[in-house]
Amino acid sequence: MGADGTEKSKTTYREAMREAIREALRSDDRVFLMGEDVGRYGGCFGVSLGLLEEFGPERIRDTPLSESTFVGAGIGAALAGMRPIVEIMTVNFSLLALDQILNNAATLLHMSGGQLPVPIVIRMTTGAGRQLAAQHSHSLEGWYAHIPGIRVLAPATIEDARHMLAPALADPDPVLIFEHGSLYNLSGELRPPTRPVDLDHAAIRRPGTDISLITYGGSLPKALAAADELAAEGVEAEVIDLRALRPLDDAAIAASVTRTHRAVVIDEAWRTGSLAAEVCARIAERSFYELDAPVERVCSAEVPIPYARRLEEAALPQTADIVAAAHRAVD
Amino acid sequence: MNRTDALDVVKESIVQVVPDADLAGLGLDDAFRDALEMDSLDFLGFIETLSERTGLRIDDEDTPYLTTLSGSADFLVARTK
Amino acid sequence: MAEFTMPSLGADMDKGTLQEWLVQPGELVRKGDPVAVIETAKSSIEVECFATGRMGELLIEPGTTVPVGTPLALIEPAAEGAGKPEKAEEKPPVRPAPAPVSAPPAAQDRGHVEAGPLVRHLAERTGVDLAAVQGSGHGGRLTRTDVEQAAAATTAAGQARVRATPLARRLAAERGVDLAAVTGTGRDSAIRAADVRKAAPGPTAAGPRHLTVPVRPSHPPEDRTAARRQAIAGLMTRANRDIPHYYLSTTIDMAPAMGWLHEHNRRSPVAERILPAALLLKAAALAAREVPELNGFWTDDHYTAGEGVHLGVAVSLRRGGLVAPALHDADTLELRQLMNGLKDLVARARTGRLRSSEVSDPTITVTNLGDQGVETVFGVIYPPQVALVGFGRIVDRPCAVDGLLGVRPVVTATLSADHRATDGAVGAHYLTAVDHLLHTPEQL
Repeated sequence: MGADGTEKSKTTYREAMREAIREALRSDDRVFLMGEDVGRYGGCFGVSLGLLEEFGPERIRDTPLSESTFVGAGIGAALAGMRPIVEIMTVNFSLLALDQILNNAATLLHMSGGQLPVPIVIRMTTGAGRQLAAQHSHSLEGWYAHIPGIRVLAPATIEDARHMLAPALADPDPVLIFEHGSLYNLSGELRPPTRPVDLDHAAIRRPGTDISLITYGGSLPKALAAADELAAEGVEAEVIDLRALRPLDDAAIAASVTRTHRAVVIDEAWRTGSLAAEVCARIAERSFYELDAPVERVCSAEVPIPYARRLEEAALPQTADIVAAAHRAVD
Repeated sequence: MNRTDALDVVKESIVQVVPDADLAGLGLDDAFRDALEMDSLDFLGFIETLSERTGLRIDDEDTPYLTTLSGSADFLVARTK
Repeated sequence: MAEFTMPSLGADMDKGTLQEWLVQPGELVRKGDPVAVIETAKSSIEVECFATGRMGELLIEPGTTVPVGTPLALIEPAAEGAGKPEKAEEKPPVRPAPAPVSAPPAAQDRGHVEAGPLVRHLAERTGVDLAAVQGSGHGGRLTRTDVEQAAAATTAAGQARVRATPLARRLAAERGVDLAAVTGTGRDSAIRAADVRKAAPGPTAAGPRHLTVPVRPSHPPEDRTAARRQAIAGLMTRANRDIPHYYLSTTIDMAPAMGWLHEHNRRSPVAERILPAALLLKAAALAAREVPELNGFWTDDHYTAGEGVHLGVAVSLRRGGLVAPALHDADTLELRQLMNGLKDLVARARTGRLRSSEVSDPTITVTNLGDQGVETVFGVIYPPQVALVGFGRIVDRPCAVDGLLGVRPVVTATLSADHRATDGAVGAHYLTAVDHLLHTPEQL
């Protein structure tokens, strides 16, 4: 039984993502997958394993190691009416395609007066935690969330991995999907969606009354673990999963802070100029009079992510850091 | 009612409705509704005031006589005779 | 304690000037009573009270301009004694404790104080009210020495800024707690919400509130016309940019209506006469009830039908400009009531004494340029409304009546409608309804 979402079944984030791609390929012949090693190798992180055999080389296309070229080709295909899914190995390498994403994908609809939508989906891995060192471990999704004209998603659960792709492909704008590398092996039961999956709203992953832990992507499991620890100490933390980094769900953030009056923002990117900074600014703008403590942030140390395991662990936000930040706000 | 009194009543009734009306700049035979930008509500107010002050009943049919200062004064003089 | 805040009196208003308080602290007010006169860019408006209770502290001085949402006064909602005002009056008026001393001097606005940022900072740190200090610098400018001396002179009384969280400050203001008397348990002894709650347990007041920062003094009267023009410019630009208008027009035979009106006026004292405008407004209101898709608001990408038909009546002001206040529940008014309401509304619009409920809630607007002699008017919709009805002049025109050429009084009725909210068929339905209604004037 595949992770087709029709009934409860045990699966992983990786398989859920693969099933989402498979469903897209089956249901719409304009959809194709393109990227480095997505075909014969089955994807650098194994997401597309088996798809070449099932759909053939026309629709599962291996590309040269040139991000600017194949992202540009994807944009061209989208302009010509296709629905490309382009995989970039990690966000670090996406910088080679930044010109295509920022100057073409994000602007063409605007510059053509609405005539040229670019319905492309670009997936990539982000984040650290697997000893892949400083050129494969960074969290740059906040940079993309800066850009008007694109939508930026960060599925952090098996459900979102399974169900965000279809609406992303249906979106007439370019959509970037950031998959945190540590989530691929996340396993669990995939429940069928109780309502249509939307790309606009944050989700409350755990309700609480004393403090809001606001996070996304790979930091969600850490925030949930921190909430468990805090609960054992009598502090009820509400965990907000942003899900969409652009546009940000201001209302959900404000509503949560209005309930709890305290907030910790957890973001694996560097603190300076980060998405966490944006969330804090919005809390200050919208919820100032609700605050009963300074907003806390838990981010990565401002260093290139180290290779050595201990150093890497020390550089990244950890559950204990989140618990400590929550205590600073609550105690 | 003599014509001077009648003219005064007409002017007072206009000022009642249009407090900042420039009557000095208004000729006796000018169509004052247009000159003073009186809308139908203003004009009705004018008729009401005129009617109150003179005790005359003024009907819709009479309004064609009430377009200029002198016409209005003549109308009042004729009716109060 | 509820807050009476600067209301938004229309889509184009972001700030207003308090002109006059119509009540005093301690006075009993009922919901709907006018309590203050607010001057907006367009006109002066009597603002009605939203609750029944007793006026508390007046927070804003007349002449002060503040953004929409700024608290202007506190109102103690009517409690158990509300039904017996005479008894309540025996008690001394309940006043909340003075606002905490925490507001920085700059926010207290007793007129502009010439002082640089360093001096302001020093004043804030030492708790000196700059407005109370005589400046010895160039042109009366406050110097560092002035502030230091003032601080030294008031060392005993001078209070340092209280460290308190925003939520704690808000709660303290709502409950009349003096933060200086509260012991903080937060980081570096900051006062938190729990400390305030401990000091004054009470119900939690609902709703976020906005920052209290007076911006600048009111418009001098000569700027008024220009400001009014600007307000109209802003609103109409927005309407034209955001609203995809569609326009419909029809010519309506007014012979039955004018005949009926003539007969009615012939039998009535002058004070009870009815103008054709009243018939047109009544027909417009009844048709709006019949076609609720046009009677409401387009906000946040969706349509909300209005509750009741509050007919905006475009009134041109003599010194230029335009307001369109509401005749409330116009569809339920008898013609006589509607006529009186119209007279009253136009008179007050021109003397600048409209009420807040009249300017903030029209559900559909009618413009009647017929008095100025034109036959057709295609108007611009007032956002967030979705339709504007226009009536031209009633003119005699030749037309075919029962197979013969006759001369009949006719009026051109037009509709400008928001294509986001409705399509042409709905608009057509509306104008047809107006037409039918005017054919049976006795039922209006």
